[in-house]
Amino acid sequence: MDVILFLVFAAIAVGCALNLVLQTHPISSALSLIGVMGSLAVLYLLLGGEFLAAVQLIVYAGAIMVLFVFVIMLLNAGGEKRPSRKVLRTAVALPLLFTLAGVAAYILATQAPRTEAVRFGGFTAGPYEVGRVLFTTWLLPFEVTSILILIAILGAVVLARKEI
Amino acid sequence: MNFYLLTLLKMALTAFVLLTCCAYAVWVERKVLAHIQLRPGPYRVGPHGLLQPLADLIKLLTKEGIVPSYANPFFYLLAPFLAVTLALSGIVVIPFTPEFDLFGVRTAIGLTDINIGILFLLALSSLGVYGIAIGGWASNNKYALMGSLRSSAQMVSYELPLAMAVASPLLLANTLNLRQIVEMQGGYYLGFLPKWTIFALPAPQILAFVIFLIAAFAETNRVPFDLPEAESELVAGFHTEYSSMMFASFFMAEYANIIVICCLATALFLGGWHPLWPAAYGSDLVPAVLLAGAGLILLFHATQAARRRKWDRFTFPVFGVLLLALSPVFLVPALKPVLIPLFWYVAKAGFLVFVFIWIRGTLPRFRYDQLMRFAWTFLFPLALANLLATGLIVALAG
Repeated sequence: MDVILFLVFAAIAVGCALNLVLQTHPISSALSLIGVMGSLAVLYLLLGGEFLAAVQLIVYAGAIMVLFVFVIMLLNAGGEKRPSRKVLRTAVALPLLFTLAGVAAYILATQAPRTEAVRFGGFTAGPYEVGRVLFTTWLLPFEVTSILILIAILGAVVLARKEI
Repeated sequence: MNFYLLTLLKMALTAFVLLTCCAYAVWVERKVLAHIQLRPGPYRVGPHGLLQPLADLIKLLTKEGIVPSYANPFFYLLAPFLAVTLALSGIVVIPFTPEFDLFGVRTAIGLTDINIGILFLLALSSLGVYGIAIGGWASNNKYALMGSLRSSAQMVSYELPLAMAVASPLLLANTLNLRQIVEMQGGYYLGFLPKWTIFALPAPQILAFVIFLIAAFAETNRVPFDLPEAESELVAGFHTEYSSMMFASFFMAEYANIIVICCLATALFLGGWHPLWPAAYGSDLVPAVLLAGAGLILLFHATQAARRRKWDRFTFPVFGVLLLALSPVFLVPALKPVLIPLFWYVAKAGFLVFVFIWIRGTLPRFRYDQLMRFAWTFLFPLALANLLATGLIVALAG
């Protein structure tokens, strides 16, 4: 059951990711990205990270992507024009793409950390454990990140306003 | 096998009851609004318009579904589907009764019992905006686009106070599981004051409840925050171009959202299935007495029905006798552990739905800038202050 669900949602994630690149209209791409995030949330759920899955949906799919869609609709961005298809371009690009994929696969296979801990239902940490770790072990990185985000927001406000 | 069969049966039953409730919520809304405005409301189809939802359904089913030219057909058809699916699936985490034994299986009314029930509902409500946003955009219509823009901005803004208001009862309950949250609220202070979250010591959450309700109005796009479908400025907002069942889907999604969010408010703040006062003082008798009283009132009115309403002389006694016959069911000892909690849960959620309608009949619509200013400069800081105060009190008391 777990394996079937994993395969289905992994396939959906990859399909949505491909669709994200291939679509010409920004809204279609944004919605494909939401599909990727939703299926990632299901994968987290299969690993046992309920809290992470819910937060993934609430924060990424529910808040950040809504802003993306909002901006795209506000600017009323149309579909981009496809570049003219030239045989030469394809002939150069395809081998490059496969080389990149091969190199990436090799690096992943040799350098990636060990994955024995990653199995279905392997993570049992709930919101309680996550909160505890966030406010003890990882307190400094957590606070520094929040200040970084605050600075980014202030910067965006300053850039967006003509005079202050 | 028993478990799967039972779950399938419960799913079918829940879906049927929820859809029926959505349809009749429309009837109740039209009736209540009409009486607020001193008119009779739907009256022609069935006794007192009771079959109006059925007639509306048949009408909507037989209308032609139009896809406007230059609309994006895929997204145009996806949007109502998305809206109604996300709205209806919220009901699965609501626990309506405590657990009981049914033919040797431990079960409860309520479909699932997941550990992150509240986060699941928040995720569904934050995804719900896509149905409206995509629908308005794909219609290729200026008014629809304006409506969906407003809706996405509004829902993102009001999600923050909503989440903050939800977080403060969680501090008291110490869990994200809705069933456990409701179970925490059992018992009484001084023998009569219920330990619901809005009364709970050491930090009563009345303020959080009010913030939650206000944000819920905005999340479900209801008056006074129904800017996405403001008919005086935007024709009909995001569903201007929709017709037939696609329009009905949006309509159904709105009422399903209201019902689910009222059920959530009941579980979080109003003690779920726990009665208003202890069973020792006779709270178990309330449903039977209410039903019998309603039946007697109907029978009394049957004797002096208005002369012009001929059908009342027939329908009033029938419904009166039905209600009278139904009332002893709530006194059967074998059914009590199921029906009494269910009654209290449905009564509280139903009262909240009535408040939604009541507010619609009372308040005018906000202006768009007022709506945004209210969310960011008043509601959000208030929710934050409430959360901080609750956290402080819980930390000091615990």
